[in-house]
Formats: sequence, structure tokens, C-alpha cells
Amino acid sequence: MDTPVLSLRDATLGFAERTLWSGLDLDVHPGEFIAVLGANGSGKTSLLKVILGQNNLSGGDVSFLGAPVTRGNRRIGYIPQQKLADEGTPLRARDLVALGLDGHRWGIPLPSKKRRAKVDGVLAAVEASEYARVPISTLSGGEQQRLRVGQALADNPRLLLCDEPLLSLDLAHQRAVSELIDRNRRTRKIGVLFVTHDINPVLDLVDRVLYLAGGTFRIGTPDEVLRSDVLSELYGSPVDVIRTRGRIVVVGTAEAPQAHPDGLHAAHDEHHDPGHADEYVHEVKPL
Amino acid sequence: MSSAVISSAVLSTAVMTGAGHVGSAVSDDLWSQLFNFDNYGELVALLINSILAGAVLGLVGGLIGVFVMSRDMAFAVHGISELSFAGASAGLLLGVGVVQGSLVGSLIAALVIGILGSRARDRNSITAVLMPFGLGLGILCLALYPGRSSNKFGLLTGQIVAVDNPQLGWLVVIAVIVIAGLLVVWRPMMFSSVDADVAAARGVPVRGLSIVFMLLLGLSVAVSVQIVGALLVLSILVTPAAAALRVSSSPVVVPVLSVVFAMVSMVGGIMLALGGSIPISPYITTISFTIYVVCRVIAAVRTRRGISGRTPTELAGHAAILGS
Repeated sequence: MDTPVLSLRDATLGFAERTLWSGLDLDVHPGEFIAVLGANGSGKTSLLKVILGQNNLSGGDVSFLGAPVTRGNRRIGYIPQQKLADEGTPLRARDLVALGLDGHRWGIPLPSKKRRAKVDGVLAAVEASEYARVPISTLSGGEQQRLRVGQALADNPRLLLCDEPLLSLDLAHQRAVSELIDRNRRTRKIGVLFVTHDINPVLDLVDRVLYLAGGTFRIGTPDEVLRSDVLSELYGSPVDVIRTRGRIVVVGTAEAPQAHPDGLHAAHDEHHDPGHADEYVHEVKPL
Repeated sequence: MSSAVISSAVLSTAVMTGAGHVGSAVSDDLWSQLFNFDNYGELVALLINSILAGAVLGLVGGLIGVFVMSRDMAFAVHGISELSFAGASAGLLLGVGVVQGSLVGSLIAALVIGILGSRARDRNSITAVLMPFGLGLGILCLALYPGRSSNKFGLLTGQIVAVDNPQLGWLVVIAVIVIAGLLVVWRPMMFSSVDADVAAARGVPVRGLSIVFMLLLGLSVAVSVQIVGALLVLSILVTPAAAALRVSSSPVVVPVLSVVFAMVSMVGGIMLALGGSIPISPYITTISFTIYVVCRVIAAVRTRRGISGRTPTELAGHAAILGS
């Protein structure tokens, strides 16, 4: 197999008395799509911060392209949660993408044909050419999130870190944004770490799943990890994994820690597409 | 060096005599207080330095205003200007100089707000706590100051004739520092203003830039307080940029328009105020407010006509894959 873009060896992360996870061995290979699942507070976002060099491991090693991680590596693309840009933002769609290309450089951006062409190419790749010159504050959440994908892809990353990029998008946009990420990781051999509380929108796209819970973790294909026995062992209490119509539903019991974090449901129910309410209303998200 | 001091003395005399023999009708009287273009050419020549200072301040205010808007810091600007007023009053009282005092005041305020208020909610409460304290401190210093009261009033509401030549030198030097600083950090500053998380992930020193921004903002406020007064700083650091953002979102057009609006307000305000006997600030604030209203109207008309900037493409929906 190819040399991994990202390697964690015996990695442990903890704050003060609490260990989020320990002994984590993970290799992300070029073009590999790995979903990171787990309850709120299980250390999913902290894992991304470790890779971005913003948090330090309490033990073990993390290396990116064979070297220890540094703060702000330009070969890593980052896609955060969707948040609506406000009105005081002097940027159009293409300017947001351009920041991903050279926003870290000092001085004022000078117009160049090469830069224009590059930004146009990215906009086409994320199907955003139509609103290239529209102020981002007037774009919908789904449109803004496409631009985020473009921004993260603009500088040819080897690894994409996605932190709940589908949150608060409707089902159609969840699908569109996931497929954009999937298509680009395949054609350009980009490793993807995709933090999400809901595996279903990306279930058929992911190669492996990293499930963080109870201070420990499981890694494997969705079929290997998303099983009642595996998750029950991980949580130390009975958990049912139900597969229905191509979806995975994880049902925790009252004993399972944070089985029903209110925040997750609130965040999801508030925004999901009313047209699909029937499919989703009785579904419990993975823990 | 002393020409501006003399010129302000001449101006005061001119203003007084001008106001002295106005006709009996009240409206005539009011009009000549507001606008008086007698000996206008000479006045312009005498106050050319002040007009230039106004233009420089317009440039500073227009540029930094874009970041004040994109970082949502309008209220913090007001807080800093009250502390700057306190500093200026203390400078007047202690005899160390108004510019120096206001510089110290605004830099301290900017740093405190920048360090303690990295989140918007914290920033608002810290600003609200600092503001009345600064104003109170300033009033205390002014109450203890034995000099003329018109100087005192000028710190709050602005008076260009209070600016003498050494002060103008200070203003220009500070303005050059702010403009040069902004040009150096422009792009990463914009990145971290609109998108701090992604900017940090890309290696932009977000925290350091926010301190740099607060220092540049503190300097800009100190310069503005000298000319428009502590209470009216927003009219030059916020209104022009807010107006520009109503009519454009282009990262090139917005700063250019903002600078043009700020310069028109400053220079236009000073030019109109020359002959009257009123401080310049009402002229400046009225011009900048009018520009803002016009921009809002333009934006409303555009929205009604459905101008959004979208260009329908036949290819929309067909995926083009990035790269080769």
C-alpha cells in the first residue's frame, strides 16, 4: 500500500484528569476516506486540532507526510462547520475560495491571470461558478459549504480534515457536499478524515470508520465497527445497531454514556429537510 | 512651525468678526454661522495643513473601517475613543500634550479590549465597562484643568483649529504607520477576520494579528479624536465602511469606496466649516451620514429589482473535476 499521508502511533490525548483517547494507531492513506464518529466530548474535534498542530498529544507521535505535524500546514485542507457569514463580510464567493489559495500571504492580493484561472477552476470543480461574484452573506448554507470545500481544495492538499461539514444542511446539500469531497479525494488521492455525528450521509462513501468512545476507540470498515457487540463493548453497556433501508441507527440505553446528547438532536432536527421528515423523525443518530 | 498657530488665531478673529456684523434676521444669522464664504480663498490657504490632515485621516478611517466592520468591532471603537478622550484630557491637565495623552489612552484601551475580549460577547461587556470609566476620568481631568473651556469641549466634539503644526506632524506620522501596517497585514488580516478557524488551520497567526489590529485601531482612534472628537469618531471609522458594504462586497471596491466616502466627508466637512463659527464635526458627520443613507437606498433599489450577481450557466449541475 502507498505511504500514509498521516500516521498516529500510540497517540494519547488528555486534558488534566481526563483522557479522551489513548493508544491510538491510525494511518490515513492517499485517497482514503475515514469517518470519525463518537459522542459529544469524545475528542473528535480535538483529534483534528492535534493534526493541525493546535493541540499537543499527551503521549505518542503524529506525523504528516513523514514529518512531525506543525502549526498550520499548507498541505492540509480544513472544512469547518457551516456557519452563515454576516453582512459585514466584504467577500464574494470567489474571494472566499481565493483565501484558501493565498490568504496566508502578507500584503495585498495582486490580480494575476494565473490566480484567476486557478480560482475559476476550483469554482467549477465545486459547481459554484454560477454565483462566483455573489456576496457570500447572501448565499444559502449549502452554497457556502460548497465554497468551503473549494477553499480547502484550492491549494492542492494531501489531507482534508472535515469537522461536521454537513451540520445544518438539508439532505440534498448533505449529499452534494459529501459527493464533492468523495470525487475529489478519489481523483486527486487526498486522504480524508471526516468528523460527523451521523454516518448515514457518507455511509456508502467511507472506507473505514474510527469510533471514539469511553476513552478508547475502534477502527475498521463500517461493517466491522458499527455492530451491536462492538459498540456495546466500546461503551461498556448495551447498544443496538440497527440496519434498516441502507441506514444505520444506533440505539443506546440509559446506561450508555451520553447516549442521547440533546445537542445533537437539536442541531439536527432544527435544520433537516421537512420533505424527508418521515424518514428521519424516528431515527436515533449514532452515539 | 508656528504658521498653523498663527493661522488658527487669524481664523478665530476672522470667524468672530464675520459673526459680528451679520444682519438682523435670525435666519441670516444662522446661515452665516453655518456657512460663510467671505475671504474663502485666504482661509483655505491658511488652513491647507488642516485640510491635508483631514484627507489623511479619511484615508486611515476608510481603510481601517473595513476591518472594523468585518470584525464586528464598531462598539469597541466607541469604547477606545472614550479612553482616548480620557488620555487626551489627562495630557492636557498634566501638560504632556493632547496627542500623546490620547495615544496612550487609546492604546491601553485597545490592548485591554483585544486581550480580554477575544470573543464578541466578552468584548462588548468589557467595552461597556471601560467606556463610562474613561469618560468619567476625562471629565475629572477637564474639571481640574484651569485653561480655556473651548479646548475642553473640542476633545469631545472636535475642532480642527485646535490642531497646531507639531500636532499635525504627529497625526501624519501615526497615519503613515497605520496605513503601512494595514497594507502589510491586509490579506491574512482579512482571512482571519472573516474565517478565523480556517485561517488558523492554514497557519495564519490569528491571535497575533488580532493584537496588531487592536494597536492599529488604537492609533487610528487617537488620530481621529484630535479632529472629529471622541464622541464622533464612529462617523469616520465606521460609517464610510458601512456605507461601502451596502453597495459592494468586492474586496477591492469596498476599501476604495470606503476611503473615498471618508475623504469626502472629512475634506468636504472642513471646507464647508471654514467660514462658519461652528466646530467642523457636524459637517463631517452630516456628510458621512448622508452618504450612508444614499448607499442604503441604492442597495434597497437593487434588491427590489432582483439584482443578485448570479449568472445562470447551462453547465450548472454538471461536475467538472478539479485539476487533471
